[in-house]
This record gives sequence, C-alpha cells and structure tokens, in this order.
Amino acid sequence: MNEILFKQQLSADVYLMRLHVPLIAAERQAGQFIILQTDDDFGERIPLTIADADTEEGSITIIFQVVGKTTKHLSAFNVGDALPALVGPLGRPTHIENFGRAVCVCGGIGVAPMYPIAQALKKAGNHVTIITGARTKELIILEKEMKAIADEYIVCTDDGSYGRQGLVTAPLKELCEAVQKPDIVIAIGPPVMMKFCSETTRPFKVFTQVSLNTIMVDGTGMCGGCRVNVGNEVKFVCVDGPEFDGHLVDFDNMISRLNAYREIERTHYKCFVEKAFNDNVKEVSL
Amino acid sequence: MSYKSADELHHEAQCLLDEYLDRALTLKVKERQKIPGQDMPVQDPEVRAHNMDEVALGYSFEQARVEAFRCLQCAKKNCMEGCPVKIDIPRFVDLIAKGEIEQAIAVVKETTLLPAVCGRVCPQERQCQLHCTLGKSLKNVDSSVAIGRLERFVADWERINQKTVIPSVKAATGKKVAVVGSGPAGLVVAADCRREGHHVTIFEAFHKLGGVLRYGIPEFRLPNEVIDKEIETLAAMGVEIKTNFVVGRTRKLTDLIDKDGYDAVFIGTGAGLPIFMGIEGENLNGVFSANEYLTRVNLMKAFDKNADTPIFPSKKVVVLGGGNVAMDAARMAMRLGAEIVSVVYRRTENEMPARKEEVQHAKEEGVQFLLLQNAKKILGDERGFVKGLECLKYQLGEPDASGRRSSVVIEGSEFILEVDTVIVAVGNGSNPLISQTTPQLDVNKRGNIVVDETQKTSMDKIFAGGDIVLGAATVILAMGEGRKSAASINAMLLASAK
Repeated sequence: MNEILFKQQLSADVYLMRLHVPLIAAERQAGQFIILQTDDDFGERIPLTIADADTEEGSITIIFQVVGKTTKHLSAFNVGDALPALVGPLGRPTHIENFGRAVCVCGGIGVAPMYPIAQALKKAGNHVTIITGARTKELIILEKEMKAIADEYIVCTDDGSYGRQGLVTAPLKELCEAVQKPDIVIAIGPPVMMKFCSETTRPFKVFTQVSLNTIMVDGTGMCGGCRVNVGNEVKFVCVDGPEFDGHLVDFDNMISRLNAYREIERTHYKCFVEKAFNDNVKEVSL
Repeated sequence: MSYKSADELHHEAQCLLDEYLDRALTLKVKERQKIPGQDMPVQDPEVRAHNMDEVALGYSFEQARVEAFRCLQCAKKNCMEGCPVKIDIPRFVDLIAKGEIEQAIAVVKETTLLPAVCGRVCPQERQCQLHCTLGKSLKNVDSSVAIGRLERFVADWERINQKTVIPSVKAATGKKVAVVGSGPAGLVVAADCRREGHHVTIFEAFHKLGGVLRYGIPEFRLPNEVIDKEIETLAAMGVEIKTNFVVGRTRKLTDLIDKDGYDAVFIGTGAGLPIFMGIEGENLNGVFSANEYLTRVNLMKAFDKNADTPIFPSKKVVVLGGGNVAMDAARMAMRLGAEIVSVVYRRTENEMPARKEEVQHAKEEGVQFLLLQNAKKILGDERGFVKGLECLKYQLGEPDASGRRSSVVIEGSEFILEVDTVIVAVGNGSNPLISQTTPQLDVNKRGNIVVDETQKTSMDKIFAGGDIVLGAATVILAMGEGRKSAASINAMLLASAK
C-alpha cells in the first residue's frame, strides 16, 4: 500500500506521482482529496487533491508543487518507496450534472484538481471551456489532457510567453459578457486568483464554485483548523467542502489564515533543505 | 497546602503501615476514619508546568495499602452504585489491604478493560467516591476512599511488573466484526467480541490508535505508554488493526457488510466536531478549538523540535470553558511556554464540569481562573491576528435545566483582556463523516446516532456507542456503551450461528 508506481517532474517545482492505493482509487470522485504524511511520527498531515485514478491499476495520481518541508520531502520519494501514511478520499465530491455551458478556470497547479472535474462535466454532457493561467509557459501542466476534454481551451501567461498575455479573469469576463453566458464557473487555483474570478463573475450573477485548500490537521472534521466564513456561517473545508460558492467565501480571512504559520514553515523548510544538503555532502565525502 | 514529595509521602505511609499492619483486618470504624487519606504524589508544580511528563506519579505499594485500610467494607456496597461499569470496589480494595495486588487487578478486570485509563481520567468524585460511606461519615467527599487512585495503582502495578494477562480467546467462530474508531468504546468492543472468538478489525482514521485518549488527553495526564499497552494487548489477542482508514469514505459503511463479509459493525466515532462560540473574531489567527490545539501537540507532537506540525507561539492565552478539555488546553499552553494563561468561565468553580483534581492541578501550575465572566468578542490587529478579548461579567441566577445555577449577564460590564491566543473549549458536536455518507442511518437533530436499548442503530447488524450516541461524555460511559454493544453483537452472532 501507498507505493509510488510512477513519478514525473512536470516543471521546476511540480511533480506528478501515481500511488498504489486500490481502495481510494475505487471510491474517489471528482473534487475529493487525500491527506498524507512523509513521516509517521513527526510528519505533518497535508491535504492534496486527487488529480486522477486508475481502478485497474489501483492507483491515484497526485500533482504537487514544492512549497514547504513536507512537499520537498515528498519530492524526494522515488518509485518503489511507500508513503508511511495516506488517508482518503476526503471531502464532499463535486456535484456534477449537465449545467449547459461550464467554464473551468485553473490557476497554476489548480489544473491538477480541475482535471477530474472537467472530465466529469464533459461526460455529463456539458459544453466545457477551460481557461488555464500560469506565470510562464513552462509552468503550464496537463495541457494535452485538458485539450482532449475541452470544447474550447484558452491559455494565459503573465509574461505572454504562451497564449494570451494577462490574467485568467480577462477571458472569463469576455465569456460572461457573451450572449450565451456560462451556466457555471468553477475556479481552482491560488486563493487570490479564486477571489478575483469570483469578483469577475459576481456582476453577471454566474454561479461560481471554488475549491479551497486551507490548513488542515486531521481532515475529518475534528479540529476546525480549516474553517472559513461562507455567507455568514463558519464552514469546515474538510467535511463541509472543499467546494463552496465563491460569491459567499470570505477570501481575505481565508488568505490571512493561510499565513498563520508562515514564519515557522519557512524555518522548517530551510532547516530541511540545509540538512539534506549537509547529509549529501557527508555521503559524497564518504 | 504545601508541596510534599513522593518520598515524603511514601515515608509517612511506611510509618502508618507499620502502625496498622498487625490489626489491619480488625480495625474499628472509628479507627479507620482516623487513618489519614493518602495524597497522590505529584511532580513539583514549578517543575511540571514546563514538562510533558505525567503529573500524578501514582501511589507506592505502602500508600495503596494504607489507603485501602480506610475502606469500611460496608455490607451495602454504595460505591458500586456510582460506578458505570460496576467494578466490585470493596473486594478489590480489600485485596489491596491484604497486599494481594495480582488478585486485586484480576477483580477490577472482571468488569473493566481499561483500569489504567479510568483510574486516571474518571470523575471519581462524582461517581464511586461520591457514594463512599467513609466520605459521607466524614461529611466530605474529598475524604472518601481514593478508589480511582487505587484502581490506577493496581493497573500500573500489573503493567510495570509485566503481569498483563492476555485474555483468552475462544475458538474461531468464522464471524467478522468491524469496529469503527479506536477510542475507549471501540477498544472495549474489540476486546469483548474477540474474546468470543470472532474475527475483529479496528478501523481508525488517524495514523495512531486510541482516539480521544491519544489526540485529546495530554501525555501529562495520560501517558501514551498506557494506551500503547492496551493496544498491544488487543493485537496479541489477534485483533486486526487498520489505520488511515475512514469508514464512510475509504469504504462505505454498507460495503463492510455487503461486500467485505462483516457480520456486525460497531460505530464508535466519537464527538469529534468542535463547537465554536459564534462570536465576532473567531476566525482570527490565534483562535483555536481545544481539539486543534491539543491534537497538534498530542497526536502530531508539535512540542518536539523534530515535528513538522507547527504550534502557535503563544504568550498570553485565554481558554474559554470549564471542562476537562479546557483544563488540558490551559495546562498545555503553560507547558508550551505561555507567560499568562487564564481560564474564562461563565459560572463559578462549583459549576465547573472539570474533575476537581484537574482544576487543582491547573491552579498549582499557575493557570488563572476568571470566573463569572464570558467572552463577547475577539479583537484582531490589522494583520488578522488576535490582540484581545472583550469579556462580560456575570452573576449567578436560578438553576437551569441541567440543575446548575444559570449565569446572568451584568449589562455594561464589558472589559478587555490583552491576549494573543484564544482557545475555545466549549464542547463538541457529533462527527458527521458516517452520517453524511450513510443517509439511511437514523441520527437525531444534533447528529447523534439513534440506538435502541441494545445499542443497535436503525440499520441491520450495525451498532453504535460512546460519544457519537451520547454527545460529549466521559471515557467510562463510552466504555460502558462499548461493553453493552459488544454483548448485543455477541448475542446476535451466537443466535445466527445456531
């Protein structure tokens, strides 16, 4: 269980892994996530969305960006290694139906969690438009896979190195202004990007669903660390979400909460990288 | 009360034992009443407020015997009335008085599976010790025989001396029982069903076993070693254990029966869904549920410099609530280096649901108690971090539905506490994972699973017990429900075998 069957580096800091977890592969639905640890005793529990699954192989695909100690450690695991702890699938699955015209807006690594949702929307008969945004061309991932699903595929880069130059909100706004405006918009990506997608669609009254990735400890409703304000209610992302109506989410509070441990996280990352470097030096000198 | 070291207490007990030993069995009631109750040896408060080691060190053999001499061995065993699992208290206490510890623990284990846990965490002053005739005759519940400490003593004696007896398991029946959750209720069901020869699998969502015993109750009150030993015993009995497995999500509840061949399922998923106050500012950085605060430290080891899970570096902490969890959180905050820790509670100390000993220990360690006060709103700085807590003062009014005197707000009494951390410990709702994914399971409006008098749920072959049924209660009540559920499951499986 939990063995890594396949590993691929997609860009400088982004990795794809297929993990052998037959039960999760069989049960998972679009929109759900797992929690994993790279150490059973001292590791932290981090949530990662399931990007794909193969029931025959009994595997799920995760795509992650190295942002801190645990993702750095995870990127050092190789094919054949097993993760010490992995649990899922968690969270409520995405509600899928034939809405009509669906627009999927992905920011950066947000393409990974969007992939199964876009797949499911297409399968349910929707007209699917996919907008993908990244800083620069080499950070665009899963382009081939997304193109295969999309009725319409739009790429934006901040630096103009690929597709349109600018933010994903520009084409999103154009789609909302069109005669046939979207019936649903799903936005997944960095919190700021989801916030501005929601602000873009608000005047057009287009229902906009966002998938939140807050700090979690257990991921089963037990701690409440992942709570966000949605409308005037407190919701737990792990058991009430991860998907919510973007027009009701208090993004500013959520972004502030994501930064609660920033300094400690930086220190942990720095120590880990330094230790890995020193160990490496030792090994080489031996 | 001045602090006495374990050595001093042991020495005093030694002298008393010498004095009474010859005539211990023939002491008159008046004489027994005069034997001083034995204090629990504890770590020095100034030292322990900065370490994670267990606070209460446990009786010495001599202390345990002297304490046992105090028992009046009444014909009408009132103390047993107060025990949710009906331990034969006078009998095991008498065996301690006679120095027969191995037999004493055997008596305790006839009715309870986790004496080392219950001896530590049961609210004895509201259960067995409340009914103790000695305490009544001395007109003070604090003067009752220290039954809980004696229970702990015999359980620890067994573990430390490696006398743990692995319960015998009957011949395999070919029946399979799934236990969902490895807290106190689940552990009892696993043991009781396994004893009857059924194959038992425990499914635990976390990477470590024990449920609330692990993630909730801190090391300084219940060492992990104690929980590990209980789990080791279950494993030795042949109980199968699956961690990182969320029933309802990893596998549907119904699939366990329909596809995986389980003949019965016990749900003991506990009351894991923290309740917040619903006041302004509760989503600021620096506000935590007690569950989160304690889980980060207990389960995820955030106190250890090697741990990846961070803990907020608090200096001025306020804990809202007056139960055991509030005490645990407050005392934990002290240990993690906070300079000031205050418990804010709406009523007075008399109404506090926490065990008396926990309140006492918290006070000794420097936790301040702000009684007849309650939070009104949490104030934040421009970066979204807590900077203060606005409170209101209260006075006691008439008793409410729970029998406790209600508290009535004093209008215009607002004041501000300067704090950087607020820990909310006002209770738990029921964990929604099973009910969310099993719509056919009957739950009440609070989300608690509805069961009949045999602990059976609205679904065939599926039983439930502990906090998921009771709402947030105690370890011993959860164990009691586990025992009842296991009996029902065993009876059902026996009937189906015929």
